Amino acid sequence: MMGMAAWLEAVLFWGLGVVAVAAGVAVFRTDSMARATYALALSFVAVGAQVLMLSLDYVGVVTVLMMVMEMAVMAVYMVMFMGMNPALMPMSMVHSKKTALGVAAGTFVALAAGALLVPWPERRGAPAVDLTASLGEAVMGSKMLVMLVVSPVLFATIVSALVLANPRGRYHRLGDDLRRRPADDPQRGGVGR
Amino acid sequence: MSLEAVLVVAAALFAVGLYGAISQQVVVMVMMGLELMINAVILAAAGLWWFLAPSPDGHVLLLVVVAAMTVEMAAGFAVATLLHRSRGSDTTDTATDLDR
Repeated sequence: MMGMAAWLEAVLFWGLGVVAVAAGVAVFRTDSMARATYALALSFVAVGAQVLMLSLDYVGVVTVLMMVMEMAVMAVYMVMFMGMNPALMPMSMVHSKKTALGVAAGTFVALAAGALLVPWPERRGAPAVDLTASLGEAVMGSKMLVMLVVSPVLFATIVSALVLANPRGRYHRLGDDLRRRPADDPQRGGVGR
Repeated sequence: MSLEAVLVVAAALFAVGLYGAISQQVVVMVMMGLELMINAVILAAAGLWWFLAPSPDGHVLLLVVVAAMTVEMAAGFAVATLLHRSRGSDTTDTATDLDR
């Protein structure tokens, strides 16, 4: 007999799961880019709440905060780059839809079958009393190397993203040998230039 | 709530994201599909961690997955910016130079 708390927990979890998947589907069904962005944010918040239910307080909160900010950035991108307004001119921006549907359905069946059919082992070990504290001790102790690797990767990402996205660097302005004076700028300005 | 339930929800999210990543033409929409897939990986990893081996090791691995997600977004936005500047478009079908 399932306890009341466990029953409520299961209902909450499945409800969040339905919201997450339905919002995910809505991302690709709505005509408006803004709505798609909000749907994706909703999906992330639902998954973040599920992660919180699995007692991963830190990861859950970080995921929600990060995703909400990311969706704000994404909305700005939509406004910047979408040449037309899909909300006013509904059109289908997809290719190979049947292949995609088939692959997605096949993937879901395979993964779900694996989830349901694999005899999962018993839980090994018990969670720490304060999970976030134990994570902090791991990051600053035995697992410090992981974070030492992640941080240069993030820094390299910043540099490479800037190099890719920067329209004009110093070689554009000053020539290949950096000796061109005055600098070649699209607009005149400054002291006597 | 059980491990199977978590994994089934994650599988559904992954499949929806995969559909988007394959079928969408706009680069930013493709990135949304990838995001959904990574989100599913986070959920599945969280479930496996909680129900099978709740040690700090798996917790750190989850942080690495979250970091991978941020790297994906930053690189994707940079490439979308570059593509828009050089081609004046935002669809994947105009960036098939490596397609033979």
